[in-house]
Amino acid sequence: MFLEFSLIGAFALVVLALVLGFVRLVRGPSLPDRVVALDMMTVALVAFCALGAIFFEVSAFLDVAVVLALVGFLATVALSRYAERSNSMRDER
Amino acid sequence: MTATITGLLVLAGGLFALLGGLGMLRLPDVLIRMHASTKIGTLASALTLLGAAAHFGTAEVWIRAVAIILFLFLTAPIAAHMVGRAAYLTRVPLWNTRDETAAPRPDAPPTEAPAGSRPAATRTGPVPAGE
Repeated sequence: MFLEFSLIGAFALVVLALVLGFVRLVRGPSLPDRVVALDMMTVALVAFCALGAIFFEVSAFLDVAVVLALVGFLATVALSRYAERSNSMRDER
Repeated sequence: MTATITGLLVLAGGLFALLGGLGMLRLPDVLIRMHASTKIGTLASALTLLGAAAHFGTAEVWIRAVAIILFLFLTAPIAAHMVGRAAYLTRVPLWNTRDETAAPRPDAPPTEAPAGSRPAATRTGPVPAGE
């Protein structure tokens, strides 16, 4: 019983964190702000996958978490490279 | 017993995730906001994954959870370093402790920047364009 309540509470908290990160993603004044917000949302989604694995008793959601962590890291690296690249192109102009 | 441990770990993970989201929304600039994204986010997902591992209890779930946690601990500093480098090189305006409204704009002349803030023309090196 305690597990169900804490799971539902943790779902609500993680979803609230995702919403706050999304607000920063929309409002962020510069490109690195948005990249940081996307990074945080990806890590929160990994936590969400772990919660789903407990809630539905399906351990295969942890595989989704592995892939999400990998793709999130690659996306962060690629987007920050893109931010640097676009800045250097703006300077050369 | 296992259910209690899992519930406590999961609740702690959810609370840290909420703290990370609040910090992401409320903290003043990119470099400070990276604290909320990397450290607290990694801690939140690590606690939740440990809760999942304690709930299932089998060896494969433990190995998978520990692998994800190790991967997050390895990649979060690298990603934060690259984002911070991009933010520094693109001269994102930073928060300074003197006057929040007078943050130096990236295209302002350097004489207007208050002392103690980062000079607007500081470049530590050439930008590697075609690296």
